[in-house]
Amino acid sequence: MTDALRYRELPVGSIGHRANGWWGALTLIATEAALFAYLLFSYYYVAVQNGRDWLPAELPGFKLAGPNTIVLVVSSVLVWLGERAIKRGAARIASLWMAGGALLGAIFVTVQYFEWSSKAFGIATSSYGSLYFTITGFHMMHVIVGVVVLLTLAAWSALGYFDSRRNAAVSAGAIYWHFVDVVWLAIFTSLYVTPHLGVG
Amino acid sequence: MTTTDYDRAPRLVDLGSHGSLVGNLEDIWAPKPGLYGWIVSVDHKSIGIRYIVTAFIFLLVGGLEAMVMRFQLARPNERLVTPEQYNELFSLHGITMIFLYALPVLSGFSNYLFPLVLGARDMAFPRLNAFSYWVYLASGIFLYASLLVGAAPNDGWFNYVPYALRAYNPGPNMDFYALGMIFLGISTTVGSVNFVVTFLRMRAPGMTIDRVPILTWGTTTISVGNLLAVPSVSLAFFLLWMDRQFGTHFFRAETGGQPLLWQHLFWMFAHPWVYVVVLPAMGLVSDALPFYCRRPLVGYTAVVVGTITTMVLGFGVWLHHMFATGIPFMALAFFSGASFIITIPSSIAVFSWVATIWTGRPVITTAFLYFAGFISMFVIGGVSGVATAAVAADLQLTDTYFVVAHLHYVLIGINLFAVLGALYVWFPKMTGRMLDESLGKLTFWIVFIGFNVAFFPMHITGLLGMPRRIYTYPDGVGWNAVNMISTIGSVILATGILLYVIVVLKGLRSTERAGDNPWDASSLEWATLSPPPHYNFAVIPYVTSRHPLWESRLPGQGAMFRRDEGLALADGKEALATTAIEAIPDAILKMPEDTAAPFIVTLAMSIGFTGALMHLWWLAGAGALASALGILVWLWPEAELAQRAEEPQ
Repeated sequence: MTDALRYRELPVGSIGHRANGWWGALTLIATEAALFAYLLFSYYYVAVQNGRDWLPAELPGFKLAGPNTIVLVVSSVLVWLGERAIKRGAARIASLWMAGGALLGAIFVTVQYFEWSSKAFGIATSSYGSLYFTITGFHMMHVIVGVVVLLTLAAWSALGYFDSRRNAAVSAGAIYWHFVDVVWLAIFTSLYVTPHLGVG
Repeated sequence: MTTTDYDRAPRLVDLGSHGSLVGNLEDIWAPKPGLYGWIVSVDHKSIGIRYIVTAFIFLLVGGLEAMVMRFQLARPNERLVTPEQYNELFSLHGITMIFLYALPVLSGFSNYLFPLVLGARDMAFPRLNAFSYWVYLASGIFLYASLLVGAAPNDGWFNYVPYALRAYNPGPNMDFYALGMIFLGISTTVGSVNFVVTFLRMRAPGMTIDRVPILTWGTTTISVGNLLAVPSVSLAFFLLWMDRQFGTHFFRAETGGQPLLWQHLFWMFAHPWVYVVVLPAMGLVSDALPFYCRRPLVGYTAVVVGTITTMVLGFGVWLHHMFATGIPFMALAFFSGASFIITIPSSIAVFSWVATIWTGRPVITTAFLYFAGFISMFVIGGVSGVATAAVAADLQLTDTYFVVAHLHYVLIGINLFAVLGALYVWFPKMTGRMLDESLGKLTFWIVFIGFNVAFFPMHITGLLGMPRRIYTYPDGVGWNAVNMISTIGSVILATGILLYVIVVLKGLRSTERAGDNPWDASSLEWATLSPPPHYNFAVIPYVTSRHPLWESRLPGQGAMFRRDEGLALADGKEALATTAIEAIPDAILKMPEDTAAPFIVTLAMSIGFTGALMHLWWLAGAGALASALGILVWLWPEAELAQRAEEPQ
């Protein structure tokens, strides 16, 4: 055992997935995932208890939400490219990819705002309206936080804070952003797709 | 910009020939002086003790509330408090004991002990640790501010709708509770993150996953549970607050909402929470009881598997709190069955403790007495739990004093008795001083007798049909004697707790020095000074067995552990990260200096929550913005923490 400890070179500080911050990001995602699971549980629970008539006459359409989903998925690809760039040490390029991801996130929020405005009901109209706006609202808050995170990472990259090894913050921010996108897919499936399938 | 090497091989040193190392560490880890130093400290030992002291103060306050209720119930038709005051008393009592005492006191022990028993310099996230304490304190003050303005929560700690809705409860009482619980949930969540990552990453080299002390298994298991369960209650309280303030319809039956949704969300959190407030206490006993039985715990692996299984199954029994709500027969059968099954993993530890005592050579110390009392109370609380797991019995017993008796046997029996014993075990480590043993044993018997006299009769009170949460009862229904006995018992119990506080205060002035290892115990915290230095261990120890300090006396590979030999990490504030399963050295971590950021962010959040409570939206927004800015500054990459590239690209 003593010999096993001797002469072993170890990375110093926040290095990739060995940084505690990376592990912290994973635990944060676990608890956030649970939050959205409880939100969707609430949706399905109230839906099942009330029956089919509970859904609004006009089911949620794909005209805005469909393309918006694609915007969000593409943003994840940009952020993934950004993380790959910083691992090569290309900080300026990474910064651009991150800023691109943030821009798509901002577009998502804007489109979502128009989607909200087009609804015939409000948050206080019915229990469906309450759940619809609360669930999408929680997600929107997460996207806004994610946009701030991506812009911060873009700025830090541009300032030369990161190189090919010291970039744990980028990995933590990127995995958070991917999580926000995956959550949207779950919300999109629950709120937009299942009503057309005659479920929920 | 300071230069930090990207890679380094830490030296393996012997303290005997590296005397200057200790002096360097003293300088590097020295805390800042005065009140400012206290506010900015990120030392897990200081934070752990703060947690314990704060939780104890809440215990005393919650106890006072209970005493008022016991005096009110001592005789029929008593008029000591009004019905509304009584509602607020039992609500605050439950909230205080369950949320502000039961977990925080265990978090205090875990915070203090995790790095010491794991052979680490600090928790994985020292600043987050300070933050979780400050938020706990701030949310506790927030909840108690309701009492000062005469609008404390008044719907019991589980706060059922529709009574909690605005139409029936127009004051700010419920808003204090809703926002306070969301606030407190932040503390619980970040604390859990810290325990999980510390457990996975901060163990001494060689401390493989089958060599860690049980108390860290207990706390880590419930921390994972918390990460998955706390969002449920935070969400429930958020939705309640929305229904109350913004006219949403989550819980309002008349507009398509579902009152039972509240109960589901609440109990999906609160049943796991029952295990959350006992499993770490069981872990403390599993580790410390063997010290006084002079042998290792019987069945380490079984206890660990039992702990984890209990937590997992704990997520599948919430509906047994809702047997009387008219749910389908199939659900009743399933959840009743699950509630029976959970007794199996949760009782494994009991057999393990009994076997440890049976096959050991017990030394009857005060701590041992508390642990023995803990085991017997656990059995009574467990059996009355089985009674309520049966649907037929529960329909009769629910909302009676039988349930009050059951939950107090569980919470006082498995939490408080363990805590009172654990403080006897680790007080010498925390302070370097011993607690009085003879006075301690006397205190134990007063607490033990008082507790049983107060709570055992409540089983009968419940069987006689007395509902819980009524502020008084008529004469001549046969409840007079049992209630008077309970009140007498509660006075004895309170006397015992008071005496315990006196013993602790006396212990702080004791001149009897504890020495490094007064109990001749086996785990790593006893291999350092009492109280430990700020850096815990001068060299990072390496571990080759479950009981480093008992190796010479246990069959096995012989004495491998060396207190004075290990890895030297003294190039600034440093700690060692190891791999999650095998605990092989993985990275040298740069640990943060003391900082005011956690305290300032907590202040900003307090302002935000106060603004939301008072409908001062500009204030709520300002608080949120200030919190966000504080977090940004906090997370700004620092060269000293080796978070920044050395050469700008």
